[in-house]
Amino acid sequence: MSNLVVAPIVLPLVTGAALIFSRRLTVQRSVSLVAALAGVAVSARLTARVWTEGVQTFYAANLPAPFGISLVADLTSAAFVTATAVAALAVLLFSVYSLERRLEEQYYYPAFQFLLVGVNGSFLTGDIFNLFVFFELMLMASYVLVALGGRPAQLRETLKYALINNVASAFFLLGVAGLYRTYGTLNMADLAMRIQLSDSGGWLTVIAVLFLVVFGVKAAMVPLHVWLPESYSAGPTPVVAFFGGVLSKVGIYCLLRTFTLLFVEDPAFTHEQLLLPLALVTMVAGIVGAVAKTDFKRILAYDVVSQIGYMLWGIALYTPLAVAGTVIFVVHQIIVKPVLFLCAGAAERVTGTTNLKRMGGLLTTHGSLAALFLAAAFSLVGVPPFSGFFGKVTLVRAAVAAERYATAAVALAVSLGTLYAMIKIFRLGFWGEVFGDRRVNKDSREFRGMIAAIAILVGASLAMGLGAEAVFTYAAAAADQLLDGQAYIQAVLGDFDPAAYALAPGAAPRPLTGPAGMAPQGDALSVPAESEPAGVPAPSGDQGNGPSAPAEAVPGSGVRGDGPAGGDPREEPGAAAPVEPAGR
Amino acid sequence: MNGLEVLVALTVGVVVGCSVYLMLTRELLRVILGSILMGYGINLALFMSGGVQEGAPPILNHDSAAPMMDPVPQSLILTAIVIGLGVFALLLALGFRTFEEHGTSDVGALTGVEHE
Repeated sequence: MSNLVVAPIVLPLVTGAALIFSRRLTVQRSVSLVAALAGVAVSARLTARVWTEGVQTFYAANLPAPFGISLVADLTSAAFVTATAVAALAVLLFSVYSLERRLEEQYYYPAFQFLLVGVNGSFLTGDIFNLFVFFELMLMASYVLVALGGRPAQLRETLKYALINNVASAFFLLGVAGLYRTYGTLNMADLAMRIQLSDSGGWLTVIAVLFLVVFGVKAAMVPLHVWLPESYSAGPTPVVAFFGGVLSKVGIYCLLRTFTLLFVEDPAFTHEQLLLPLALVTMVAGIVGAVAKTDFKRILAYDVVSQIGYMLWGIALYTPLAVAGTVIFVVHQIIVKPVLFLCAGAAERVTGTTNLKRMGGLLTTHGSLAALFLAAAFSLVGVPPFSGFFGKVTLVRAAVAAERYATAAVALAVSLGTLYAMIKIFRLGFWGEVFGDRRVNKDSREFRGMIAAIAILVGASLAMGLGAEAVFTYAAAAADQLLDGQAYIQAVLGDFDPAAYALAPGAAPRPLTGPAGMAPQGDALSVPAESEPAGVPAPSGDQGNGPSAPAEAVPGSGVRGDGPAGGDPREEPGAAAPVEPAGR
Repeated sequence: MNGLEVLVALTVGVVVGCSVYLMLTRELLRVILGSILMGYGINLALFMSGGVQEGAPPILNHDSAAPMMDPVPQSLILTAIVIGLGVFALLLALGFRTFEEHGTSDVGALTGVEHE
């Protein structure tokens, strides 16, 4: 139990709510920058604590999991939250210097903070329904941000983005309903435990595919990516930079979490037959789009899709090394993708266009921008010593170790395509004769501010690359944590004993799977044998206890507040007694 | 699976079918309504995710020997409805602004940028 876990959610929430009341831009800018800095500090501290003390949990109102709302920070989510905070700081700094005043005044900063609430909440939640709620929060804020300014093209693309994601959200709810119907719980650790103890008879695979579609839409997995390129090239550049870096990675994080913790019943089908081909198609289709375009932002938007393929690939390979590679790769993308978009934004401010055919020679007039873009492009393609190299090399090593040589070959070929797309941007936009307008002087305060924001992220990418040893150690530990469902369950549920609440699998007959399907089959849990009601309907003690011990029940449940947080409900006999089945 | 469950399942099917029909039309408002209606249909499915139950209210010292009801689906559907309402309002506003800016509510006229 640690309040630090909830801090990355509460901080932007309070900031965003407070910012609505101030219409003065200086206040809005400075408060959001300070909040972003505080966000970096808080999330770095959270990461440090998760690293030293293990998985951190937070139970709202001290109601123990799986009954209350629980937030869980493990190594993966802590790392993603930290990377998000760094990206948010740079993007906000860039917005202060580059965004049109007209847009800034339309509640840009509050909406951005609410977006952060949704993103951090999705990374930290330990409950699949709360994931839906945070997802919706994030999407609502993102609709507002993409449509900010209200140009016709923006409105049109936002509408498509919103409609497609709204349908995906409906499917999300359907998946939640399926999980609740089958397992009777929505807490992810509790779900994982029940999934391990039971054989769903194929239902879990159906639900897994449903969630694959949902998260695939959010992560822009081909063929569900159609909303992404146009809406990303329509929105204001700082917004799109943050979306390209962080928003699509939230979908990947959800896939990473659910396909390592929950949907592991039939990896031969869900991972190998579904995810792996989709990953390769995503890589290839994305890069084909990127190579074909001549617009700075569109090339980058299609490249987002292509890079998503690498992360899906890591999840699909489903080995410790591959998952570690995915974790590195996601953090790398959260840092690097915004840089590229911010470079596009700076180039747009300077030349007044994102069409590469109408700009040129930025290297001559704005050398620092060109240098930073080149560094970020190298990082994206995977040139050492930048972070991209180590993410890719880990993934390729994992593929070779898993004897998936063909997929490794495809991934490396797609890397060449990425290189070509980046060279194309550099050749058309930065090299050659000075061409097109120059609206911003390279010594102006505005340009320096933009460069500073970009430099923060390039520095972060370089630091990740130079500290690859430490990064890899961290990612390997994160992957072990992700793949070891038992540790996650233990960290979240503690000594929670489903039998003590008459909640053991099979206790409540659920018609969809039938009692036979829910029979416990292992001794993975420390459920005492005599209290394991295998396939038997709920003991009548569940409700019989209510009237028989009314006096104990109410104070008992009050005491429980600080019990399981400390770890062992058994130390407090008054806590567990009122709800224990009569059979024990 | 009892009769009521079959009935609700059919209702969900009909509602979602209607929503898909609406989403396939070319009128912007209908598409928006369809996407919202799909959410409502699935809310109904979510409501049934606890199964059809008969029982006492889920209060611990309620004076009844009957099994207790599961309150969780009701809280889930309530949350989902509130979120759906927020999204509905936002989609309508967005749709109206799009209609104002483009002067058309024909989805076919709202395709790509580059193909103009």
